[in-house]
Amino acid sequence: MTALDEAGIREGVDQETVDTVRSVGERYKYGFATDIETEYAPKGLNEDIVRLISEKNGEPEWLTDWRLRAFERWKTLEEPTWAMVHYPKIDFQDQYYYARPKSMAVKPKSLDEVDPELLATYEKLGIPLREQMILAGVEGAEAAPAEGRKVAVDAVFDSVSVGTTFKEELARAGVIFCSISEAVREHPELVRKYLGSVVPYSDNFYATLNSAVFSDGSFVYVPPGVRCPMELSTYFRINAENTGQFERTLIIADKGSYVSYLEGCTAPKRDIAQLHAAVVEIVVLEDAEVKYSTVQNWYPGDEEGRGGVYNFVTKRADCREARAKVMWTQVETGSAITWKYPSCLLKGEGAQGEFYSIAIANNAQQADTGTKMVHLGKNTKSRIVSKGISAGRAQNTYRGLVSMHPKATKSRNYTQCDSLLIGDKCGAHTVPYIEVKNNSSRVEHEATTSKVDEDQLFYCRARGMDEEEAVALVVNGFCREVLQALPMEFAMEAQKLVAISLEGSVG
Amino acid sequence: MAVTARKLEGAEALLAVWPAPVGEASWARSAREKAAARLMAMGAPVRRDEYWRFTDPTSLLVQPPKPAPVYDAIEKPPFGDVDRLRIVFVDGVYDPDQSDPLELAGVEIQTLAQVVGTDIHWARDLFGVLETRGQDPVDRPLAALNTARATEGIVINVTGQAARPVSFIYRHASETGEAMVRHLIRMAPGSDLTLLENGAAAARFNSVLEIEVADNASFHHVRTQGRAHDRRAATAIFARLGKESSFKSFTMTANGRLTRNECVIEFTGDDAHARVAGASIGEADFLHDDTVFITHDAVNCESRQVFKKVLRSGATGVFQGKILVKPGAQKTDGYQISQGLLLDDDSNFLAKPELEIYADDVACSHGSTCGAVDETSLFYLTSRGLPRAEAEGLLVLAFLDEAIQEIEDPVLADDMRERLGAWLARRGRL
Repeated sequence: MTALDEAGIREGVDQETVDTVRSVGERYKYGFATDIETEYAPKGLNEDIVRLISEKNGEPEWLTDWRLRAFERWKTLEEPTWAMVHYPKIDFQDQYYYARPKSMAVKPKSLDEVDPELLATYEKLGIPLREQMILAGVEGAEAAPAEGRKVAVDAVFDSVSVGTTFKEELARAGVIFCSISEAVREHPELVRKYLGSVVPYSDNFYATLNSAVFSDGSFVYVPPGVRCPMELSTYFRINAENTGQFERTLIIADKGSYVSYLEGCTAPKRDIAQLHAAVVEIVVLEDAEVKYSTVQNWYPGDEEGRGGVYNFVTKRADCREARAKVMWTQVETGSAITWKYPSCLLKGEGAQGEFYSIAIANNAQQADTGTKMVHLGKNTKSRIVSKGISAGRAQNTYRGLVSMHPKATKSRNYTQCDSLLIGDKCGAHTVPYIEVKNNSSRVEHEATTSKVDEDQLFYCRARGMDEEEAVALVVNGFCREVLQALPMEFAMEAQKLVAISLEGSVG
Repeated sequence: MAVTARKLEGAEALLAVWPAPVGEASWARSAREKAAARLMAMGAPVRRDEYWRFTDPTSLLVQPPKPAPVYDAIEKPPFGDVDRLRIVFVDGVYDPDQSDPLELAGVEIQTLAQVVGTDIHWARDLFGVLETRGQDPVDRPLAALNTARATEGIVINVTGQAARPVSFIYRHASETGEAMVRHLIRMAPGSDLTLLENGAAAARFNSVLEIEVADNASFHHVRTQGRAHDRRAATAIFARLGKESSFKSFTMTANGRLTRNECVIEFTGDDAHARVAGASIGEADFLHDDTVFITHDAVNCESRQVFKKVLRSGATGVFQGKILVKPGAQKTDGYQISQGLLLDDDSNFLAKPELEIYADDVACSHGSTCGAVDETSLFYLTSRGLPRAEAEGLLVLAFLDEAIQEIEDPVLADDMRERLGAWLARRGRL
């Protein structure tokens, strides 16, 4: 990583942090391609392609119509330009919108029938698609202690779901976990009720595009009062060239339920940028809780900025009823372009939203990411902790909205976002929007490093630490806090990042 | 993005309302033509523009402007105890009869009309120049309009230590109509000036100040914006700061239907510092917008933004502040705080405190908070025998005081405190 070596790193930035950021950006381990026969829908985007995707998924008419309405709408929309990211204009007609391994033409009945080449790909990525008592996580995770832990995995390869593990066991608990195309066939009433109810097809340019052409993705329904017996996970893999991946995830946590959902994503190294425009919708009902964690590791492009995934994602959770709770945790290290704002609509009284993010941008990466906390109900709470690290020539932007509506009385938000620059050729930016429309709510937005909490410092010092040690502990503790919010399955990935400290943050 | 038809028509309409000045020196004519072209290229502001999302600009544009009854001041005028050179404008027109002679040791004062009629004048290097620089990356169409059309205003060349503060007094006489003034100030190296401004000016007021602060010069600015309830104002300050210079600007606003104060500061010399602060208080239809853009393009400069807004009965407070640290602007110390105090449930506080940083050895912090009067503090004061309203008034004053403390001169700071106290007392809060 020459960009990082050339730039003089100023004093005060922790060496371990520099080394860690370097190792994260150094080599992309998941850059191999799977040599497999793939069938494509014709290149380009038009009504026929939308119909074809719908037909391939065997969808009912209402969904085909929904897609077509989205496509009509999309044609009237302009690409958003407000984010602080710059890239060559995307030719939406020069993309494949559907790619499927040939072996998946007839959907395998069980994992045993899946093409071994595909299984091997996931194996190589560290995601064994077997129902074993092991951690399905990233490389090396098998070594972690995992007594009795199970993770159900839905594996999405280009435009189709390859398979979903532990389906029967989950079904016994009443949990539905399958690909969205399967859900459309098996549980049309649920899909019809909730699809587009959080992110309507007219929401924004990329969500609208996704609504028209989404191919696969995961579907989760947790029935009332059920604590999902294992963590659920979807692993997204883009393999085919010139192919956009447009997955759609829909999670419904019914009253009093709980689910932890993990998402991982990788793509091969290619010189040409790849498009990824996903939508994630989460519906959280009364007293339910959803924990959604992402380790985003799409191919970031090479040091010169060639290739990489353009990641335009709309993620939104709707805490529809009282005391619904959602927690977004994201570790963003991949993608050439990131445009992503996981949001919470806090409608129910006492609903709660949390957002924890570490975004690391290196070389020529550009990330514009953050969250929206829309407080609509009384006594709603939100917390935002965002850590942005820029190195090389990268640009990293935190963009967030905290909105307290007139009826969201006695609500509370706390936001903290810090940025660290490693080297003098990169940029770190903060664009928070704060809108408060009642006076019993409290909103606080601040940057830490200028102001380490006096009480915490006092506590540490009273226990014999010198000031410098105490500051380091308090500041670094924050980064770890984000990582600790990640489920065990990402422990190995996260461990690499633990060495990162925000010492020397600029604001 | 191409300018929409609506923005374009709006710009045409603005230029049509104000006649193009005639008989001016060629440099002034050229600056005016360029400004008109700039305005046409960016269009009139609309609510959809990023930097107008919180403040609807419509009432700043409609013709004719909405009338604003003249406020009959019952309190003593601001800066009454300060020995100063008084320059009076009536409905935005310079009135020599009410003003002191334009003579003051340490400065040269002319009217804008005199200056733009002079073929060779230093003002050619300032007029419209800083405004143009301030148009990137955010459009400021009302300032471009001002450059294109304003004929009233004062031009000051500060050559040394100004013997007294210069005071602009904007008398508001007619209920209808609008005023546009343009001031230019050039401060020589090592010079010093205090500028005071007060008054409602007109039913609608557009004011722009361009100021070049040379190395080691110090500029102090304190203004109170007129109390007329229905007045509307869009003001802009464009400042360029040289090495080791100092710029301090404080604005107090109580009342007014709509106030948009833009402040654009650029550090071009090392080791300089700038402070921009504001205390505002208002109720009902009051909308107060501070939009600040500070560019650090030099080493070891310090900037502070402190904005406090007290809002009640449906008032709206807006803060949009940005610190831009350019590549190489190392050792920058940027500080920004914006706080809203909502006295009831109807009021709004909208903020966008931005940072854009391209240098690694800097410290930039920004904070923004919003909430009601602290119950614990209220309890403390009431348990010591203060009536609740009075306790609240005291806490409001304490809240605003952090912004007032940014004023260096204790006499001016006390003047501001007194005025805020009187405002609260009239509302039974003190």
